Amino acid sequence: MKYIIAIIQPDRLGDVLEELQKREIHLVTVSNVMGRGRQKGIAEVYRSHTEAGSLLRKVKLEIAVNAEFVQPTVEAITSRARTGRIGDGKIFVLDLDRCIRIRTGEEGNDAIG
Amino acid sequence: MSVMSRISGTYRPAVLAMILVLCLGGVSLARDAITSGPGSQEPAATQADTGDTAWVLISAALVMLMTPGLAFFYGGLVRRKNMLSVLMQCFMILCLISLQWVLCGYSLAFGPDVGGRGIIGGLDWLGLRGVGAQPNATYAGTVPHSAFMVFQMMFAVITPALIIGAFAERMRFSAFCVFSLLWATLVYDPLAHWVWGQGGFMGLLGGWGALDFAGGTVVHINAGASALAAALVLRKRQGYPNMISPPHNLPLAVLGAAMLWFGWFGFNAGSALGASGLASGAFVATHIAGATAGLVWAAMDWFFHKRPTTLGVITGAVAGLVAVTPAAGFVTPIGAVLIGIGAAAFPWLAVTFLKPRMGYDDSLDAFGVHGIGGIWGAIATGLFACASVNPAVNRNGLFYGPDGAAQLLTQLKAVGISAAFSFVACLILLKVVDAVIGLRVSEHEERVGLDLTQHKEVAYTIID
Repeated sequence: MKYIIAIIQPDRLGDVLEELQKREIHLVTVSNVMGRGRQKGIAEVYRSHTEAGSLLRKVKLEIAVNAEFVQPTVEAITSRARTGRIGDGKIFVLDLDRCIRIRTGEEGNDAIG
Repeated sequence: MSVMSRISGTYRPAVLAMILVLCLGGVSLARDAITSGPGSQEPAATQADTGDTAWVLISAALVMLMTPGLAFFYGGLVRRKNMLSVLMQCFMILCLISLQWVLCGYSLAFGPDVGGRGIIGGLDWLGLRGVGAQPNATYAGTVPHSAFMVFQMMFAVITPALIIGAFAERMRFSAFCVFSLLWATLVYDPLAHWVWGQGGFMGLLGGWGALDFAGGTVVHINAGASALAAALVLRKRQGYPNMISPPHNLPLAVLGAAMLWFGWFGFNAGSALGASGLASGAFVATHIAGATAGLVWAAMDWFFHKRPTTLGVITGAVAGLVAVTPAAGFVTPIGAVLIGIGAAAFPWLAVTFLKPRMGYDDSLDAFGVHGIGGIWGAIATGLFACASVNPAVNRNGLFYGPDGAAQLLTQLKAVGISAAFSFVACLILLKVVDAVIGLRVSEHEERVGLDLTQHKEVAYTIID
């Protein structure tokens, strides 16, 4: 089991969710986050005061998958979140020790999805 | 003192305030008992006109709405952790100054002059003794005296609330309450008397003839100059200028600006004190100046910063409304357009260049918008005032001659004296309150935010 965390541009979220759905990856948690990388943000201007904008708005996806779904998930995200411009984001793939479905108490591979 | 010392320190300020209020109330009731019969030395009163009365009462309600409007305008511009503190300060001023106005404020500002020098009103109308249904011919002969009083009350309320913009996000609430009460009594009431009170030394009722239709000097220059003093005395917020987050909710600021604009019709057109052609003209001038300045500010942002900003258009509109306030009942619609252009240009320059260069942290630009906008408006009144618009204009403005230069000079004198008095008096008041109570919250409280540390509440829950 793997735990996939993807940080993407907020405007790509709809496309990525659609692609995940197509590949039958249903379990996904989405949150609004702020972050920074090498990318320079869009400066905001308030009454002539320019905010450099050190943190940028991003969307974080968290997806738990069984081994055979890791590659489809990564492909789904990269194919739809990639614009080729700096700031497209990152995907992190982590080992997942346990997974428990709260409703039934099922554990492991059965509990995902 | 033994009784006081037994009251827990937390409640001591509240108990002291209650004792003060009760004493004042007692004094005014006692005076009521001694001299019976309301307003015995007033000029022969006329009958109240129903239309005029309706308009002045509605206007009072409109101006009342401006203080909560200002609360949202300011509240949207601060950080999330200080949202409630700004709403609370505005709302508390609404309660506090309304009471102050009834007990002594109205009498000090508009009561019969003491000493004949036009400095301050007397205590004749303490507790609103004799201020009732009978019109006062000096101020407004066709509406009940109490209607004029309550209309003016709303001005007394919003003026100290404007200053909040200068010290937002860092002032202790207790110090804020004491300061606001003292400021209303010792700064607002005298200045209102000088300009609008019977016999006041600057105004049209026996003074120099400085023109201030609805409060350019009394409200905006006064609040603006005091705001500058407050920004200097309270010093910068931690992290100013580069580590302060942007406005936390601009939509609320837009809502607040819209409420201000709406209320301003009461502020300016209501200052005609009757349902008249003059009120209508002031209404038109007010709207035009606000619209022009909003447009010009947005255009300046567009030209100099590549994009027209939402904050820019609402700031411009408010600056336009500020600037037309002293002029609304004296200028033509085209005069209002020209006032609106200057009302965007000068405050824009002030917040763009003056504030960063001088380094003071006027957090929400109370001085930049109300001070600079108010000064421009008062001077512009001396340029564009026109007797054909309002016969109360004794001398036309500079552009309408023939005595234009004289009127402009009078306006400049009124601007200088109002600004200087307000700045110095506010500076002294703040220093005194700082010495006695302490103006600023602790560094830790400032970082945590005033909502939690001053009020034990938060504006927004994150989960459910």
